[in-house]
Amino acid sequence: MPKKFNVIINKIWCKGCSLCIGICPKKVLELDDQVKCEPVRLSDCIGCRQCENVCPDFAITVKESE
Amino acid sequence: MPREDVMKWLRSQFMPHIWCPGCGHGIIMHAMLRALTSLDMDPDKTVISSGIGCSSRMPGYIDACTLHTAHGRSLAFATGVKMVNPELTVLDVMGDGDCSAIGGNHFIHACRRNIGITAIVMNNSIYGMTGGQASPTTPVGAIASTAPYGAVDPPFDICRLAIGAGATFVARATIAQPQLCESLIKKGIQHDGFSVIEIMTHCHTQYGRKNKLGRPLDNFNYFKDRSVMKAKADSMSQEELDGKYVIGELFYKGDAEEYTKKYARVIERAGR
Repeated sequence: MPKKFNVIINKIWCKGCSLCIGICPKKVLELDDQVKCEPVRLSDCIGCRQCENVCPDFAITVKESE
Repeated sequence: MPREDVMKWLRSQFMPHIWCPGCGHGIIMHAMLRALTSLDMDPDKTVISSGIGCSSRMPGYIDACTLHTAHGRSLAFATGVKMVNPELTVLDVMGDGDCSAIGGNHFIHACRRNIGITAIVMNNSIYGMTGGQASPTTPVGAIASTAPYGAVDPPFDICRLAIGAGATFVARATIAQPQLCESLIKKGIQHDGFSVIEIMTHCHTQYGRKNKLGRPLDNFNYFKDRSVMKAKADSMSQEELDGKYVIGELFYKGDAEEYTKKYARVIERAGR
């Protein structure tokens, strides 16, 4: 059973710079109509935390979900 | 690193921060906070000093003992703090102009003394806050608002400058390696002596727009493609290394005595 991850976005802090979207190896994230980051393919997330580390606005948290 | 630990170090009432969307300074601040968290530092015993500029807004967002000082003089203030209380962990965050132009003298003399401060230089090759003027680290040929036909002056290599001036831990990373930034800052804090960590970052607003690097992701990929680890760079020729950034631990000298320890003996001899 592969691990499942949850990507939590703080949309108040997110500025929509798209760094996380370009970096994600599984293309989990996309911009929503408010130009904020949004996880659209959560089931693909492998929990590498690259988006969390690269986010300049401290807006992304990757958590392992049960 | 779970985000809750890092959040404790943030003055979240001031967030979101002032930097442009995608600014590398945020990546560096995040890496620095992760390093401080993983070392289990006490915010009450950690001093973060800064000068003037975009990079120097950083301590305003960090919930530790922070100091926002005069342009280029942050190392002088940090030296004062460290001299009065050598028990404190002192970090100094600077931009490239702050470090090598306005505060050039303070920088080389702090290196020479080998005082126990960790200097983090955020090199974005431009004076971002004041309108994109060419700084001492602007590459030759790059367009800036004061160099509309391309910069002419050869740029400073801050790491080589620091090694030459006598710093005992010198390292470089770029924002394309947030994990490396974290581990180098960690080593810098643990090192007993003056450590310089140059982190190449970008200013897509002032520098990138004029140099075909207008999006944050373009800059990220630019640094990713041009980073060479120190071990690999040693076997490469000078021509191959042209336009590349050598990253990793560049210089380390573990046996040099730290300045406040030397000065403690002076105080003892003076009988105070």
